[in-house]
Amino acid sequence: MTMLLAIESSCDETACAVVKDGCDILSNIVSSQINVHTRYGGVVPEVASRIHVENISTVVTEALEQAGVTMDDIDAVAYTQGPGLIGSLHVGVQAAKAIAWAYHKPLLPLNHMTGHIYANRFVTELTYPLMALVISGGHTELVWMESDWDFKVIGTTRDDAIGEAYDKVARVLGLGYPGGPKIDKIAREGGPHYKLPTPKTDTPYDFSFSGLKTAVLQMIQREEKKGEEINVADAAYCFQETALQSMVKKTMAAVKEYRPSMLVLAGGVAANSRLRELMEENMKAYPGTRLVIPPLSCCTDNAAMIGAAGYIAYRHGLFGEFDAAADPGMLMPGEEY
Amino acid sequence: MKHLEVCTENLKQTHELGEKIGRAAVRNMVFLLDGDLGAGKTTLTQGIARGLGVRRNVTSPTFTILKVYQGRMPLYHIDAYRLEGTVQDLGFDELMEDEGLTVIEWSQYVSYLIPEEYMKITITLLEEDSRKFVFEACGAQYEKLLEDIA
Repeated sequence: MTMLLAIESSCDETACAVVKDGCDILSNIVSSQINVHTRYGGVVPEVASRIHVENISTVVTEALEQAGVTMDDIDAVAYTQGPGLIGSLHVGVQAAKAIAWAYHKPLLPLNHMTGHIYANRFVTELTYPLMALVISGGHTELVWMESDWDFKVIGTTRDDAIGEAYDKVARVLGLGYPGGPKIDKIAREGGPHYKLPTPKTDTPYDFSFSGLKTAVLQMIQREEKKGEEINVADAAYCFQETALQSMVKKTMAAVKEYRPSMLVLAGGVAANSRLRELMEENMKAYPGTRLVIPPLSCCTDNAAMIGAAGYIAYRHGLFGEFDAAADPGMLMPGEEY
Repeated sequence: MKHLEVCTENLKQTHELGEKIGRAAVRNMVFLLDGDLGAGKTTLTQGIARGLGVRRNVTSPTFTILKVYQGRMPLYHIDAYRLEGTVQDLGFDELMEDEGLTVIEWSQYVSYLIPEEYMKITITLLEEDSRKFVFEACGAQYEKLLEDIA
């Protein structure tokens, strides 16, 4: 049995979890759940190091308490080394190192994205070769895994992450935050009454959402000029269909070429109901590939996912040094600059 | 030269304009990019990065607020979009003393970061893919930069 303490603070959240054997969550604490600073329903990000510093001891103590374990039961300390915001990462890195040093535990430095992928192990055992589509407010990546802990980023966004495009389009449509669920909901009442350009990229598996975001803005302005008000549901529908169809099409092309045994979705945008529909529909053409869509609880940023990836790193003996620093632009393991 | 206006017709021209700026930039400069959502702030920054010799593709820093790239000098790409309505010390002022080029989008939300001298670049989306860039130099080295790129 392997018990890990996992720490994640790559951006807005300070989080700590205790995870057994990489798939059994004993506790999973996220600061926003217990934090008095959270204003406006979490719209305002808590990115200042000072706030992470205030939170970190509380979430670590809480995670150990809820799991009913002490540091004596912990085999190693896993933490997010990057990518993310330097000041936020720094707090988690220092906390992990201090705890590991004080209790003589080995360290497991991890890439945030590997956490998103391995969070799927909370749902099912992963089979390889595997294709992962990691989609969130900060990431849009297609990752090919020939075998366990073997990552190759075959596609990524050239500009905006898909979750970011959702948030910004929701804002200009007056739908508020967070944009993903709002657009997903209102798009159900809309229809294809506007036309938006399909995103284009030079490479087959790269994504682009910035041009689409701008096109939505221009469409709203054009309607205003004509003295007409934009139909928000229709606009949301058209944006969502264009963005998702383009992303699904590229993912399907990758599935067709690479023939993975499993396609997993990861990250917050994987919660989108229309995306789930489209994926299920399109994947019928590839019966040799099993589609895994995790529940929302596994999609958002949390520390349990770092415990999941940490377990695999532990098995591979990928321990880190005590002089390690936060790496805001961290690449996937094996990826070159 | 204190003031310059440039229009670009497409993405390629916007990248080329950015590249020219990146090549002419010197250490410790700060550029403030103003413009609405979709104006082309990140697109211009992609060009600036190329001009600095950054090999990695520059993507939107909205989520992580800061992205750092290595070229012939470091590029600090800051996007304060998500910081509206908050005052948080993110320690970015230390970076800006670190011999790199700092590009700030939505600088109105981090006004405490704006130094005495800077270049303000206001971007307006005209129609389709064409954009207008208005440069305002605040400080002698920025005036010289405008002469270099004009």
